[in-house]
Amino acid sequence: MLCENCKERDAVVNLTQVKSGAVTQLHLCEKCAAEQGVETSVASPHSQIGDFLQAVQQQSLTVPGDQSSCHFCGATTRDFRSSGRLGCARCYGAFERSLRELLRRLHGNSRHTGRRYEPPAPELLEQASLVGQLKDRLRRAVEAEQFELAAELRDRLRTYE
Amino acid sequence: MDLSLLPDGGVGWLDASGDHADIVLSTRIRLARNVEGYAFTPRARDGERLRVLSQIREAAQHLRPLQAGMLLRVDELPTLDRQLLHERHLVSKELAGFDGPAGVRTGAAVLLGDDVSLMVNEEDHLRLQALRSGFELPAAWRAVEQLDQDLGGRVPYAFHGEFGFLTACPTNTGTGMRASVLIHLPGLVLTKEIQKVLAGLQQIGLTYRGLYGEGSEVVGNFFQISNQTTLGRSEEELIDHLAQVVRRVIEKEEEARRVLLRDAGTTVEDKLWRAYGTLRYARSLTFEEAMNYLSGVRLAVGLKLISGLSVYTLNKLLIFCQPAHLAYLEGRALTESEVHVARARYVRQALSSEAGTAG
Repeated sequence: MLCENCKERDAVVNLTQVKSGAVTQLHLCEKCAAEQGVETSVASPHSQIGDFLQAVQQQSLTVPGDQSSCHFCGATTRDFRSSGRLGCARCYGAFERSLRELLRRLHGNSRHTGRRYEPPAPELLEQASLVGQLKDRLRRAVEAEQFELAAELRDRLRTYE
Repeated sequence: MDLSLLPDGGVGWLDASGDHADIVLSTRIRLARNVEGYAFTPRARDGERLRVLSQIREAAQHLRPLQAGMLLRVDELPTLDRQLLHERHLVSKELAGFDGPAGVRTGAAVLLGDDVSLMVNEEDHLRLQALRSGFELPAAWRAVEQLDQDLGGRVPYAFHGEFGFLTACPTNTGTGMRASVLIHLPGLVLTKEIQKVLAGLQQIGLTYRGLYGEGSEVVGNFFQISNQTTLGRSEEELIDHLAQVVRRVIEKEEEARRVLLRDAGTTVEDKLWRAYGTLRYARSLTFEEAMNYLSGVRLAVGLKLISGLSVYTLNKLLIFCQPAHLAYLEGRALTESEVHVARARYVRQALSSEAGTAG
């Protein structure tokens, strides 16, 4: 059956109206039903990330005081804006000012009040994984031409090898 | 893959044992964590992800709930096995490689323990999870919190004094916690009260999704209600808030069911028996049809209109009538129409072994 309003699309909603005591039936398509304020289905699940990206889009992420890229992973504000994802934990420092504002918008707050965390003492950590991490950081530092940092990392690596 | 080797077959959370199990299918709490010193998973290189995995593997050997567990390298599994794990709610769509064009990532893995599990190299390096049958937020929280403390004592997490636990997506920053309750609300849908309830949830910092989490459709009147914000409130506050609201939603659902029986008893009874009849005798069923009729039968059992059917059987049907499960049962790949036929056969067999009778 065609929609009784637009006569173009298939009617999917059967609207029963009571006007001055008389019952009338109206068959409408989804669009016309929506225009008359009738909910036709359960709304699709709310996407947090959609909201989030919208918030990112609306806001320029180059707030004064922010770096244009993260020195650790090389992610730029542009990467962040297009993917909605930060590249590493250091990005939180690099883009701190704009992130604080964004977190406030997303969560209504920008300060963590939950569990605190104390990292394990270095002697408890596996030496092998520390060496692996240092090597990764060294490679990134060289690629980003951060030679001072690279020299420091190389010295730290030597103490293990 | 032989899923019977998993603890509980990985479906212990379906056994209808917890609180309010007729309305609440399951409770899940997950914590997002990242290992200090590496780029987050989406930006990390293969080598980094493999090192994260080996670090977690090493730590897991010392953690009681994971010691006797099973490690599955998701990146080494064929598509059907990955789909099976996803259908069983053991891995997310992203970890299984079905979300986006990137496919499955090198180093993607899941550690399935006694009553907790751990996804490695999901959007965050670690997603710690506890999944329970019924409405069991405190039990799920105790299990996941203990795992978090033990693991965090062996592996350094990325943590910031002001922002809390650091995550790839800022929507998870802070506690990194998502607590969610998978709830069946046919009464509120039938009485058209559901939109009001869902709009109310969003006004108070909660959100809802479908059966398979973010981005999934609401099918069969199953809604996953969870906290939307993760920063600025403690884990306990977030859980208490969710618990209070879910209790209120359960009351509303019960009230709606009473109204349905009172005002439209015969119509409702007819509709639900027809749903049961279709499931008992249909020769081909789409997933949506199966979900909607199962929702009706579940409601009929809740209203005591049908007796002799266990909630556990109905829960199991939700999982086992999905495509990868059916292909696995049939022992071969199935075309779409073969899936519909196999589904109808599976549902018929499951229901005939527990014949429902008028309550």
